[in-house]
Amino acid sequence: MSINAKDLCKDEFFYGHKACAGCGGSLAVRNALKVLGPNAVAVLPAGCMSAVGFNFPQLCFANNAIISTFAGTASMLTGIEAGFRRRGITDFTAVGFAGDGGTADIGIQALSGAIDRNDNIIYICYDNEAYMNTGIQKSGLTPFGAKTTTTPAGKNVHGNIRPKKNMFEIAAAHDIPYAATATVGYMNDFLEKVGKASQIKGTKYIHVIAPCPTGWGIPVSDTIDAAREIVDCGLWYLAEYENGEYNINHNPATFTSVSEYLKKQGRFRHLSDEDIAVIEKSRDKKWEKIRRSWNLK
Amino acid sequence: MKPYLREKTSFGFTEVPKDTSFEAGYLVTKNSGWRSIRPVVCIDRCVGCMQCYLYCPDGVISIENKKAVIDYDFCKGCGICSKICRPGAVKMEAEK
Repeated sequence: MSINAKDLCKDEFFYGHKACAGCGGSLAVRNALKVLGPNAVAVLPAGCMSAVGFNFPQLCFANNAIISTFAGTASMLTGIEAGFRRRGITDFTAVGFAGDGGTADIGIQALSGAIDRNDNIIYICYDNEAYMNTGIQKSGLTPFGAKTTTTPAGKNVHGNIRPKKNMFEIAAAHDIPYAATATVGYMNDFLEKVGKASQIKGTKYIHVIAPCPTGWGIPVSDTIDAAREIVDCGLWYLAEYENGEYNINHNPATFTSVSEYLKKQGRFRHLSDEDIAVIEKSRDKKWEKIRRSWNLK
Repeated sequence: MKPYLREKTSFGFTEVPKDTSFEAGYLVTKNSGWRSIRPVVCIDRCVGCMQCYLYCPDGVISIENKKAVIDYDFCKGCGICSKICRPGAVKMEAEK
């Protein structure tokens, strides 16, 4: 099922919000809600999207939306799904939008529990690779080498010393009915995956890369370019997990330059050639594994 | 349908909802003051490909009669539309 701009619902469900100019996260939320339609019930934990969407009396969601506890996105989704089911309402979609910190660090046990129970929910993680709402602190999904306020770049330590947590495969390892990775740079692929997830019964997890100009140190107009380049240079991949199989949707014949991608961003500008070589090596290792054991399309 | 601007009124304690059922899509402030540059659509060049509409983080672009129309009340002037536009129909101009 392919979805393009023409098929999208004309209504706006996330409008007039206070996100920074060029915000990738708000783009992911806006377009996912357009696919899911007016009967989507959105759950937003503490994070950028709840901070920019609910400034009383200003409420920027046109559909039902609620703020959950930071750790409880998935458990609130479970409750909403069960509540509607008990009341006999069937035409709704319970969808959660959590950031990378709210998914990989703080909300991981609630998400794990929901996948274990196989509740009929969609969980979308918009990954901007740090706790951006509170001023750019390192999260479990911050990549190696990135400078944040809690992993500063100095003479001896060059930003974050740990690699990015592999959240997509962690979700898939629960034997989830559907998990996918996407990026806001390739929007049609993301829309298609959200549409597909809405047709599947059980827990669905979508991990979408959503650049943050403020935290990444890029111009506000470069959000989409950065979101495309991260896939083109091989540091992110577009994949799906379904029926116990990993499928790669996009298998680039050649990668664009990693150092070019990194050097455009303020958070990576301090990296030495050795650091970049480490990143390139881990990319090649990951892709070697992907090409060996995943289904290539 | 989309959230729309309403008159800003002051709320008394009795009017503040006790639960989570305040009206959705309730806007009281514009975002137009955020930008220093504004996108301007050249109607002759616009082919109605909808890419700006698809990639606008704020959803302020709609396609009317196959041409892009921008809601300047909520545009923040990020310039993604201008960058994404292949025919070069969206130009960024300084805000006066």
